Amino acid sequence: MSKRIVIHEEHCIGCRLCEVHCLVQHSSSKDIVKAYGGERSHLMPRLTVEEDGPVSFALQCRQCEEPSCVEACVSGAMHRDPLTGTVVCDEDVCVGCWMCIMVCPAGAIQQNLLGTRIASKCDLCYGAELPACVANCPNEALTFEVVDEKGAAS
Amino acid sequence: MRAVIIGNSATAVGAIEALRAVDQRAEVLVVSEESHLIYSRPLLSHYLGGEIACSRLAYRPSDFYTRHDVTPLLETKATGIDVEGHRVLTANGAPIAYDKLLVATGGVPIVPPTPGIDTQGVFTFTRRSDVEGILAHLEKHGGSRAVVVGGGMIGIKATDALLKRGVHVTMIELAPRILGAALDSAASRLMTNLLTEAGVDVLTGNTITEIQSRDGRVCGVALREGAPIPADLIIFGIGVRPNTQVVQGTEVQVNRGIVVDEYMRTSAPDIYAAGDVAEAYDLVVDMNRTVAIWPNAYRQGAIAGAHMVGVETPDEGGVAMNAIEVHGVPAISVGNSNLEDEPGHEFLTDLDERAHRYKRLVLKDNRLVGAILVGRINRAGIYTGLIRHKIDVGASRAALMSEQFGLLSLPDRYRKHVVTGEGIEV
Repeated sequence: MSKRIVIHEEHCIGCRLCEVHCLVQHSSSKDIVKAYGGERSHLMPRLTVEEDGPVSFALQCRQCEEPSCVEACVSGAMHRDPLTGTVVCDEDVCVGCWMCIMVCPAGAIQQNLLGTRIASKCDLCYGAELPACVANCPNEALTFEVVDEKGAAS
Repeated sequence: MRAVIIGNSATAVGAIEALRAVDQRAEVLVVSEESHLIYSRPLLSHYLGGEIACSRLAYRPSDFYTRHDVTPLLETKATGIDVEGHRVLTANGAPIAYDKLLVATGGVPIVPPTPGIDTQGVFTFTRRSDVEGILAHLEKHGGSRAVVVGGGMIGIKATDALLKRGVHVTMIELAPRILGAALDSAASRLMTNLLTEAGVDVLTGNTITEIQSRDGRVCGVALREGAPIPADLIIFGIGVRPNTQVVQGTEVQVNRGIVVDEYMRTSAPDIYAAGDVAEAYDLVVDMNRTVAIWPNAYRQGAIAGAHMVGVETPDEGGVAMNAIEVHGVPAISVGNSNLEDEPGHEFLTDLDERAHRYKRLVLKDNRLVGAILVGRINRAGIYTGLIRHKIDVGASRAALMSEQFGLLSLPDRYRKHVVTGEGIEV
């Protein structure tokens, strides 16, 4: 059974370290200084921190059972990885038509217009044991858990 | 069990993937008039515009058929159905027997009868062969001036692609405004301005009455109003009508499209229809109608494919929607987005004409029924979700139009549903 990122908004302090580590993890250097230096021009975090007064949380792709983005994708870029079961965007195939942005009920996909135009979304740090945002959340506001079909963490 | 699918696009893929997810034994045949493996029609404009190579038109990897154990019968035109005998009749001769049949024949381009229509240099814009023809024509004869007939989605996509090729375009739309099926007058005006800024001549409330030729090739068009326009190329991008030809003369019930139930079953036994050819349920207008869009085609195909092998997942209905781009500015429309001054509806708008930015929400009984976003489109899907799930947004009304609009603006219970699914506390 695949794992998902679970959001605990009552623990989130809005520090945005998740954004920083997401960006570093998806850089080619994996180095915070280089990622925020030369590489910054085409990188953006693949999650969104929402904040309203005292309430905040970090939102990544929800890994829907029946992903609307896959259904709507006209290029075939958005797909469920056959090995891991993770919903990911093949950035070599994506043309940036934004159909996925139109249908994602969580608003978890963003336009990345910094380099080649692509739909930018969480890939659960493909292949990593623990996604960078979860690993680096100081307050356990994000956890990585096996979740059953109804969405309940076990 | 042998499942036969007529058609080879999004609906076919949806059906194949859903069928194979639960069944490895059924024999699956895909019958297609075209000679290509599965490609993406919406990407044709990107190909025409030179943004992608023709190899990137593929909608699934090249091993798709083998991996899903599907037999493609390409260059095979289905001409009719023997409902009683459970056979598909083909132009090549040999009929194809089926146990379950999915009609996924899509749409055919609407081309109004016009004198000179057969002239060289006149094209439609729905198939790969159309684009190959346009590219060959441009290469052979050059061509710096095109006329695009139709100011809807297809016409806009063709125009945007031709602009990228450096071709001057005159767009001719019969209705008083472009994109009238999706956009209200303000959004339509924004898109018209964008086209004009890109150098397009947009003529509305007009139509072509004759295609003029010289040496057998297009040289211009005559208009209902105004002087003729010189042109090297004409593209009909008016839209499509359901391609119901294969069921003509059978008991399969057809209105505008083929009438289907929530499992995409037609009125004839063992025959399904899905995608642009089908008249399926639209949950915003609360009736069955044809809506020729990719996500509906895929989803309906999946419902039909699953049902063929005994998995009953009823369709909850589709929502009309589209994403387009003109001159680098994206626009998204969802649901009943083009309504104006409709009694019982409320309209929230935020327009910045100079920045090419617009947001418009249509509400009815405290529920969102339509949305338009131009320029800034991030998080558009949250609105789509609210429309699809008919969420009462009365308490969140002010936040709906905020630039910070996000899940935090939503009713708690719906937010938890979106973020985590049921049964877990955020």
